[in-house]
Amino acid sequence: MTTMIDVRGVEKSFTLHNQGGASFSVLERAQLQVASAECVVLHGQSGAGKSTLLKALYANYAVDGGSIELRDGKQMVDITTALPRRILALRERTVGYVSQFLRVIPRVPTLEVVMQPLLDLGVERAVCQAKAEDLLSRLNVPQRLWSLSPSTFSGGEQQRVNIARGFIVDYPILLLDEPTASLDASNRKVVVQLINEAKARGAAIVGIFHDEDVREAVADRLVDIRAL
Amino acid sequence: MNSICEQPAMLNSDDWQDMEPLLSVQNLSKFYAPGKGCGNVSFDLYPGEVLGIVGESGSGKSTLLNSLSARLVPDEGHVIYRSEQFGELDLYQGEESLRRQLMRSEWGIVHQHPRDGLRMNVSAGANIGERLMAVGERHYSEIRQRAIEWLQAVEIDASRIDDRPSQFSGGMQQRLQIARNLVTHPRLIFMDEPTGGLDVSVQARLLDLLRNLVAQLGLSVIIVTHDLAVARLLAHRLMVMRRGEVVETGLTDQVLDDPQHPYTQLLVSSILQN
Repeated sequence: MTTMIDVRGVEKSFTLHNQGGASFSVLERAQLQVASAECVVLHGQSGAGKSTLLKALYANYAVDGGSIELRDGKQMVDITTALPRRILALRERTVGYVSQFLRVIPRVPTLEVVMQPLLDLGVERAVCQAKAEDLLSRLNVPQRLWSLSPSTFSGGEQQRVNIARGFIVDYPILLLDEPTASLDASNRKVVVQLINEAKARGAAIVGIFHDEDVREAVADRLVDIRAL
Repeated sequence: MNSICEQPAMLNSDDWQDMEPLLSVQNLSKFYAPGKGCGNVSFDLYPGEVLGIVGESGSGKSTLLNSLSARLVPDEGHVIYRSEQFGELDLYQGEESLRRQLMRSEWGIVHQHPRDGLRMNVSAGANIGERLMAVGERHYSEIRQRAIEWLQAVEIDASRIDDRPSQFSGGMQQRLQIARNLVTHPRLIFMDEPTGGLDVSVQARLLDLLRNLVAQLGLSVIIVTHDLAVARLLAHRLMVMRRGEVVETGLTDQVLDDPQHPYTQLLVSSILQN
């Protein structure tokens, strides 16, 4: 088994300088190893630091200590010390992040929103489009919406567009921050399928899921965040 | 010509490890008075990279931009630029004519107010053509053809080629200014609040356009803005300035989502959420 994610001794605290300098520690000496073709589900109470850890794995949050290594081909890259452009390159082809929330530029059509990450890798447009259409269909986003900007869509529709976008590239590492929150049962099932397909092709997955059925359907391992 | 935000695309990201910086800034300082200007700024800009400079009015952003783009001689420090034509240059050690030549060819400057970057009393086509002629293009039909292509690239109807910028809307003027800059295929663009004077609806269109052009052409950009949403959309990396000093720097989304410095925290928390 190949180690894809290697987290060692990670410390993370937040200091709110403009609110009296209040400081609180969220992660203390966090450890986590994830292998390829493995799905680890982070578990713990609200506020325990699940999301913080996931964001640190994407270098969206800076950590105060420790190391976070992600596999990029034969190399392990420590994203706590890597240059910004190294991290951006990793995010383009190696590590994907799917949240519940879609950020869009007004006037960009749904199909383009979904295709973009694959287009950015230089993949032929027709290939990107076919894959985007397939994902949108599977996630039950009606075809008549594909040419419209998702900025006016309902929350659930935007969320599914975002999931399609997150799965358009076959990232070796996938980080999922409650992608199924507020989806109905049939769409949850589609997401579970997508996750299991990603696992089958060897992706290392770390996720946060509040729905127990999803958790049971995808998790190889539950990791209690306080016990990290 | 479409795309989304989350993260601006990095062109040629495979080559990240072998590249030399396009621009190296070392201990650059320019002060008009104590606290007015910018002090001790150092950074490297790599090919294809978009650097955002954010901070409140008076924080020294524009002074820094002007000092980087050879428009304002700094008090101290060096700006090293790796030129396609001239090799490695220490900007303020060289001849001024050299800097002027760079500005006409390898560099572009997009001003906040289009009237600072355009000639308002000559046609749109001439505004674009002028830059081409400055780099030696002489054939009228070729110049006009290129002008038409660039008008279309910035979504201005080709039939407007003989109209003057004064007959254009603010958004169109700004797009024309961009076309004028890009026609000579510059490698490095300096932008000062490019969406500053525009309506929100016009801003979105311009941002989408800029984002795509930057990615397609693999441009390096230094963009000054006080609008953090603009910075998030366009910049790979941010530099936060306050009272002439850089207080925080890093990956754009990291600086905006997990700001460390008290001033950056204040800046980020002051945005109204909708």
